Amino acid sequence: MAPEALHLANVHTFYADSHILHGVSFSLRQGAVLALLGRNGAGKTTCISTIIGFLKPRDGEIRLFGEPIEGMSPERISQLGIGLVPQGRRIFPSLTVRENLVVAQRGGAAVNPWNVDRIYDMFPRLSERNIQFAGTLSGGEQQMLAIGRALMGNPRVLLLDEPSEGLAPLIVAEVGRTIKRLKKEGQSIVLVEQNRQLALDVADSAVILNTGRCVFAGEVSELLRNEDLIMQHLGVFRAH
Amino acid sequence: MQFWIIQGLNSLSLGGLLFLLSSGFSLIFGLMRLANLTHGAFFMLGTYFAATAMRTYDDLNIWVTALGAGIAVAAVGGLFERLVLTRLKANPLGQVLVTLGMSFIISDACLMFWGGDSIPVPTPPNLQSPTRVFGFVFPTYRLVLVGCAIATATLLYFLIERTRLGAMIRAGVDDRQMARAVGIPVSNLFTLVFCLGAGIAGAGGVLGGPILSAYPGLDADMLPLALIVVILGGIGSLLGAFIGSFIIGIIYTFGTALFPELAYIILFLPMIFVIAFRPQGLFGRVGT
Repeated sequence: MAPEALHLANVHTFYADSHILHGVSFSLRQGAVLALLGRNGAGKTTCISTIIGFLKPRDGEIRLFGEPIEGMSPERISQLGIGLVPQGRRIFPSLTVRENLVVAQRGGAAVNPWNVDRIYDMFPRLSERNIQFAGTLSGGEQQMLAIGRALMGNPRVLLLDEPSEGLAPLIVAEVGRTIKRLKKEGQSIVLVEQNRQLALDVADSAVILNTGRCVFAGEVSELLRNEDLIMQHLGVFRAH
Repeated sequence: MQFWIIQGLNSLSLGGLLFLLSSGFSLIFGLMRLANLTHGAFFMLGTYFAATAMRTYDDLNIWVTALGAGIAVAAVGGLFERLVLTRLKANPLGQVLVTLGMSFIISDACLMFWGGDSIPVPTPPNLQSPTRVFGFVFPTYRLVLVGCAIATATLLYFLIERTRLGAMIRAGVDDRQMARAVGIPVSNLFTLVFCLGAGIAGAGGVLGGPILSAYPGLDADMLPLALIVVILGGIGSLLGAFIGSFIIGIIYTFGTALFPELAYIILFLPMIFVIAFRPQGLFGRVGT
């Protein structure tokens, strides 16, 4: 059996002395979309930060196509094939749109590597903004740029942390279409979302975190049959 | 009239010299958030290097000397950054103390090696004859210095603003962590920038030699000027360092000519106002 695209086993992460992730484990199949869900403060972004190497796990394993990556530097992890679209987008504001893409470019062994033209084909709005400073873009355009920038590294696994956050409904729909398109092209994706509808619409499998622990890991179809679980961990009101 | 024109030209040449001194400081500060207090000592090393090399080999070209000193000082800087400063990430106080300590070490070593007397650096023979500007005679070499500053500024601008490497450096300035997450080797770029900044200081020390001479305490005279220029112009801004250099060149030249006893007040007062009321400087980016 081929190794999982991304595999976390019993990952423990601390912020200084506070224990945030308590033994998180899940697997992402190649070419699939995994939705990472949970309330605010459940540890979703900490989980993403641990995968990309911003935080070093104190214990546990993270494997990218079978290769252990836990504890490596972010640049090494990026070079090995993880792309990040971070929470808050974090485009480089004083670089132009084109520069934001170019600095992240990596040819590598990809069959059909991403380049600026392909990103502009996917997001025509960005090509109109080519030499504009990225800091002057609208929120939606910045989100497109953040996705494009991550793709320029030809990631084997793409991490999307709340891509719909703070965007108008029309733009959220476009983000949703973009994720579906990437999935169709075979991109493996971990998607963190507060927008449950968007996430469950596109995802194959799902993981629910609650205070740093996995309370569900399985197929989306299975999750949808389990309304109690959804109400308890994702609903606005707690089920009593 | 003659006073104003001559002092104006002096201001320009001092501005050129200050840019050669402070552009490297600004680069290093901008990318690495590191106040490299060794910078004045790097400049002085360049001047001593020139004093020795050009007095040993009579017909040594000053441009070759500047290149050699630039490479030598860049190497010293690179070693210092790799061996010591990388261990002090996220420890600004430690960085200040270590770079200041290093500057004392270099300056004592120079004193031991070159002695306490000031050593003149010869002006290149083909630039010794004065030039007439608006009917006034003015030392040619000082005008050439302005040209050097403009050439350096142009090259640095091209490197930082127009190349992929420069864009990677600016990405590191904007958001260091995110730059690493897209695969930019920020730590190696830091070393490169540190070498570049130190190298420019070393070469600037050579080019400033014919005006300043090599003497103990040159480092301590130059470091505050670099600080003032960078604080006035804005940290990490090349344009700021350029404009700031010429503003300080003007203030310092006319200040010392008109009110010699108030020179340091005239020099440091603008800096204090800038820090108090416009901490990002004239052209500074607001750091993240």
